[in-house]
Amino acid sequence: MSTLIRTSAAELASILATGEASAVEITQAHLDRIAAVDDQVHAFLHVDAEGALRSAAEVDKLRAAGDDVHVLAGVPIAVKDVVVTRGLPTTAGSAILRGWVPPYDATLVTRLKNAGMPILGKTNMDEFAMGSSTEHSAYGPTRNPWDLTRIPGGSGGGSAAALAAFEAPLAIGTDTGGSIRQPAAVTGTVGVKPTYGGVSRYGLIAMASSLDQAGPCTRSVLDAALLHSVIGGHDPMDSTSLAGPVPAVVEAARNADVSGMRIGIITELTGDGFQLGVRERFDSSLAHLVDAGAQVVEVSCPSFVYALAAYYLVMPSEVSSNLAKFDAMRYGLRVFPEGIDDPSAEQVMAATRDAGFGDEVKRRIILGTYALSSGYYDAYYGSAQKVRSLIAADFAAAFEQADVLVSPTAPTTAFPLGAKLSDPLSMYMQDIATIPANLAGVPGISLPCGLAGEDGLPVGFQILAPAMKDERLYAVGSALEQRLHHAWGGPLLHRIPALTETKEA
Amino acid sequence: MTQVSTGEALMAYDEVVAAYDPVMGLEVHVELGTATKMFCGCATTFGADPNTQVCPVCLGLPGALPVVNAIGIESAIRIGLALNCEIASWCRFARKNYFYPDMPKNFQTSQYDEPIAFNGHLDVELEDGSTFRVDIERAHMEEDTGKSLHVGGATGRIHGATHSLVDYNRAGIPLIEIVTKPIVGAGERAPEVARAYVATLRDLVKALGVSDVKMEQGSMRCDVNLSLMPKGVAEFGTRSETKNVNSLRSVERSVRYEMCRHGAILAAGGAVTQETRHWHEDTGITTAGRVKSDAEDYRYFPEPDLVPVAPAPEWVEELRASLPEPPAQRRKRLQTAYGFSDLEMRDVLNAGLLDLIEESVAAGATPAGARKWWSGEIARRANAAGQDVSSYAVGLGVGPALVVELEGLVTGGRLNDAMARQVWEGVLDGEGSPTQVADARGLQLNRDSGALEAAVDEVIAANPDVAAKIREGKVQAVGALIGQVMKAMKGQADAAAARSLILERLTQ
Repeated sequence: MSTLIRTSAAELASILATGEASAVEITQAHLDRIAAVDDQVHAFLHVDAEGALRSAAEVDKLRAAGDDVHVLAGVPIAVKDVVVTRGLPTTAGSAILRGWVPPYDATLVTRLKNAGMPILGKTNMDEFAMGSSTEHSAYGPTRNPWDLTRIPGGSGGGSAAALAAFEAPLAIGTDTGGSIRQPAAVTGTVGVKPTYGGVSRYGLIAMASSLDQAGPCTRSVLDAALLHSVIGGHDPMDSTSLAGPVPAVVEAARNADVSGMRIGIITELTGDGFQLGVRERFDSSLAHLVDAGAQVVEVSCPSFVYALAAYYLVMPSEVSSNLAKFDAMRYGLRVFPEGIDDPSAEQVMAATRDAGFGDEVKRRIILGTYALSSGYYDAYYGSAQKVRSLIAADFAAAFEQADVLVSPTAPTTAFPLGAKLSDPLSMYMQDIATIPANLAGVPGISLPCGLAGEDGLPVGFQILAPAMKDERLYAVGSALEQRLHHAWGGPLLHRIPALTETKEA
Repeated sequence: MTQVSTGEALMAYDEVVAAYDPVMGLEVHVELGTATKMFCGCATTFGADPNTQVCPVCLGLPGALPVVNAIGIESAIRIGLALNCEIASWCRFARKNYFYPDMPKNFQTSQYDEPIAFNGHLDVELEDGSTFRVDIERAHMEEDTGKSLHVGGATGRIHGATHSLVDYNRAGIPLIEIVTKPIVGAGERAPEVARAYVATLRDLVKALGVSDVKMEQGSMRCDVNLSLMPKGVAEFGTRSETKNVNSLRSVERSVRYEMCRHGAILAAGGAVTQETRHWHEDTGITTAGRVKSDAEDYRYFPEPDLVPVAPAPEWVEELRASLPEPPAQRRKRLQTAYGFSDLEMRDVLNAGLLDLIEESVAAGATPAGARKWWSGEIARRANAAGQDVSSYAVGLGVGPALVVELEGLVTGGRLNDAMARQVWEGVLDGEGSPTQVADARGLQLNRDSGALEAAVDEVIAANPDVAAKIREGKVQAVGALIGQVMKAMKGQADAAAARSLILERLTQ
């Protein structure tokens, strides 16, 4: 196994800068690793070896010619399959988009390409990003590299697992209710949901427009900051994109300064309902932050108890409308109804949607259609929007008392595949701590804070900051990471069991 | 679906208006003339090849997002202001959800309970000179759908077609939907009021320059809601909604037809079905479309992909201050200023000449001269070419300055009227400016008074009978002698001078 695949993106950047390794070598090392282990992990839905090597070679040529290139030029990346990529199949994990090849790039993909970052391929996910285990992919589940019998989280299980399995140094995720942060937590990786509007949504196949946000998935806080800087910033193609510059996230990650910072523990997101080992690792992390000069306070966000309920009204409502476009008329799957000789367009639409959508997607479309119906709108969608305002008000009040808020990212460590498939509500509970940030549009990070005593699986530590103060996530995250690495004698992923390389590169 | 039946019972119009009061609601869609679509940068050129003016946004491809066209919002506000509406200080777009193959996203981005403009009115002038006020409920922004072409059936409608083609060029073109409050109290004048309202609205939107409002090209479309209530009853009856009534004449006829149809149903003790009706331009009747229940549920909710529209009050005031004069007011002002008779004014308006005349007068022409030159030969030629006069004139490179020049040649004494007509024809034939044409053709009044006197004497001598009549007081006979003088002088005589000289010789 090449050491290049265990190297952080920041280190790869300096290796490339000094010429110690070429972009082609680094990209090839990751493609070899994918070939060797991905039949076990199934992090990728599509691998673009040719395209990745071609763009790596271009970067090498530019570097050799002495041209100015981006600091991450030549560092390869995996992209969640919900992000459209020109010329590369994009399915969002759904059968209804099987074989669809987009004619355009998402803005963030354009930015990756402009930075010279080779795209290794597209990662697996719950269908249309709906789920917390990646088991709702139409193309089969992804497995957690820490324990192949367990889930890698979701919806972005593919991106998180690719990092933990050393198949990619960087990945892109999207987070509507926790789909970046929860997979990061259960795979011992880092995931950031930026402030809503901080990264363009243009080219993200929408699940819930008012909640969706793309962000970096990495193995270190600094790597996340570097990637955040590449993909962030205003995009005129997205009306909800923020106007200002990207916050100074790289600087914050490098300085790791938390002295005098007030760290607020959210009362409602601790204690009962969180696995013992999760609580233990969370508490010991707090001690590290105090050690680093921060001050810990407790804050209450009373409306957070309604967050899950509000989320499961707002999100499905938007889903029911956003997914209406998948109708077999212009692209994707087309299924003709059985037993009808001369079907109408409506009958083809219905047959295609019946065959092309999985149960979880159908469940949410039905929920949302109902919630928006005349006569129910005020009671469901209307009330949920009011709860959203209350949650935003809770955040505003809490950020008066604390500079950042913290909680465990997920209530449990990775659960076994299949354990929650028949119990949607228990699956939804995985996002109890991550959803409030989406409802209020504030940024959040999850970073590994150790292994739970009872099962030896990774635990995630979540930090939330006020909107447009993303740099605080990186300052606090980096400070905690440094002290944890010091205590552990290296990154947590050094302790991941080795995967059997089934194919020799 | 559609059944083209013809035999629906109708009540005589006089009987309808004697027994019932009509209530109308008019919904007019105006396609804005913006260069690009409402939510993307695609062109909006009419008549382009199918599906050539499309992109990921207006095709509703996965991942694409809308961005609002600022000119679209400005146009909507200007229409709202011109309709005396209040302008929302904050409003949102909303999604109207329903499935249809020509709607790429299967929702239409529209506005629901927060329209950009609301509570206005439009005063329309009726043929008897009276004014009828139509109250405006709202004007809101939305996007057009694609266009379905149903192939293989006899009627071009979906019923009986073997397949359908969809052109998405129209998808995403900005529309403003203008909805009236219920129009009550029009009585027997309801069809005229409907027509006058749509005509006035068309002129207003055209004057704003925000749309070409060509009903025949679909850039202005009208839906007519109509119900009847028995005289003395204040409660509205059940309405029908006649879709896509696409000419002024059809608006009037369809209201009249529906009044007669409703009247027959009600008089027979029946109940009007709440439904969509199709208007048939050729036969002048409506036929039943889909039954429209109040339960139709579009599941409107605020469009999360767009930010709210919050026009700054100062900007709205700027737009208000820059509104053009309302067309009706302008017409009255100019008619008075130009001294045109009602008949002359009607001809000028029908030929669409008012702008050209106004520009020519501003450039120095007399109103009568401007009217004469713009409504003569050039109007005939434009008509033959199937164009309106102003675009025909633009095509020729003929503008107000040439009219001023031509008139100057007449008032300056170089040309008489007949010569000026020849010169104008030369100008329209592309021979150059009026002066150049007159020079090239050697047109010049003969100012030699000796020659004129000689010609006059000669003609009087040669026509003793006519001369005798004039001496007896039949002054109108002078025309015959002027013609002869003109002929003798090869058309270069000043007709007025010839006339006074002849009269001088014969009556003194």
